[in-house]
Amino acid sequence: MQTRFSGYRRENDRVGVRNHVVILPVDDLSNAAAEAVAHNVKGTLAIPHPYGRLQFGADLDLHFRTLIGAGCNPNVAAVVVIGIEEGWTRRVVDGIAPTGKPVTGFGIELHGDHDTIMRASKAAREYLQWASEKQRVDCDLNELWVSCKCGESDTTSGCGSNPTVGNAFDKLYAIGSTLVFGETTELTGGEQIVAARCRDDKVRTEFMRVFDRYQEVINRHKTSDLSDSQPTKGNIAGGLTTIEEKALGNIQKIGRKCIVDGVLDKAEMPTHAGLWFMDSSSAAAEMVTLCAAAGFVVHFFPTGQGNVIGNPILPVIKVCANPRTVRTMSEHIDVDTSGLLQREITMDQAGDKLLDMMFRTANGRLTAAEALGHREFVLTRLYESA
Amino acid sequence: MIHCVLHDPEDSVAVVVVEGVKSGQSLTGLILDEDRTITLSCTQDIPLGHKVALVDMAIGDTVIKYGVDIGKVVAPIKAGQHAHVHNIKTKRW
Repeated sequence: MQTRFSGYRRENDRVGVRNHVVILPVDDLSNAAAEAVAHNVKGTLAIPHPYGRLQFGADLDLHFRTLIGAGCNPNVAAVVVIGIEEGWTRRVVDGIAPTGKPVTGFGIELHGDHDTIMRASKAAREYLQWASEKQRVDCDLNELWVSCKCGESDTTSGCGSNPTVGNAFDKLYAIGSTLVFGETTELTGGEQIVAARCRDDKVRTEFMRVFDRYQEVINRHKTSDLSDSQPTKGNIAGGLTTIEEKALGNIQKIGRKCIVDGVLDKAEMPTHAGLWFMDSSSAAAEMVTLCAAAGFVVHFFPTGQGNVIGNPILPVIKVCANPRTVRTMSEHIDVDTSGLLQREITMDQAGDKLLDMMFRTANGRLTAAEALGHREFVLTRLYESA
Repeated sequence: MIHCVLHDPEDSVAVVVVEGVKSGQSLTGLILDEDRTITLSCTQDIPLGHKVALVDMAIGDTVIKYGVDIGKVVAPIKAGQHAHVHNIKTKRW
């Protein structure tokens, strides 16, 4: 297997595969200014979102962890932060600053949008031109952090696209990569299989603790057996019948050989190489955003019925084994492994095909989602605002 | 041509992987882990991605896919019939 790729080595020695200058709003009120700056300074990237006001406790901690994590992601060269007021704006700037990358913040109060946009645009222009001179350098494969999450799954996900990711994960795990999977509720019915794959009793106990906690949330709020929510309408149209069936397909993504080395909270960064489980929502854009915030730089996204998701800073590689989806939604699919279902290719070949696309993506090829402008940046909320 | 796939030889359902499977058709099923095929006949039209029953199942029986429990039978299913939300439900939630 190829073991080198060309990436951007950041000030803190982490390696990214994109070179974004991000205009990061702290809260919903600052989206307009952030988007205006990105409009003024072509080539910068605003990542608007609907939250950041009156949150508190663990929900607020997660909000900051996600924004700061997104800013710290090595796919990001520099960050301009804009918030309605100085205090929380400063908190995000101070969270990103330890990476060593250029970051500055602007509060709108006492200035208004016009003045803020002007000052922020000047900073963004300087950062963009500075970043544009950054060169890709030769990097070792194990410096590439790879996340996975599937979406709009159907039964072909479990027999085609998800085991393709599993095959690729087995190969990456063997060379010491840093990997993550999640989707806590979508392990329901297969949780014992994941528990059996945990590194030791400590990891297993922590995995079952977060799994049971999420089950308790479902049981507390459910009004039915969750039909149409889990599995979704799309899952059911694609032939998936129960959450257990969906979960067993989902678990194919962690391959046959990977060991679950640790458990992460939402948007938490891994502390060493290996396969991590992140306690997370199973909603595609939420989970992919959490992976971006945890520092992952390339994402494997198997789909059956054709989820079209992307992310502003984390390239999302779509892999699909459903021959109808590959035919009807070809512009969304980066890797076609439908040949698996007709025995035209082996699982080993399918995994290599995905890894080849991973190298091409890491080296600069735009994914289908990037080319189509999919920039879903979706923050996970834990409960109501204060 | 492969019409359907099984994850495990013990599975009680198989996944149709081609479009246009019609009632009365003879199907070739691939057992993924063993790379060997079986033959079965289906008695209902079954869409791409949906499951065909491989054995007769009664109410309360456990449905096996990937070699493990994926839910319970809530309406009788004959081998060759379409197996989905109208005759199988989750045991969880």
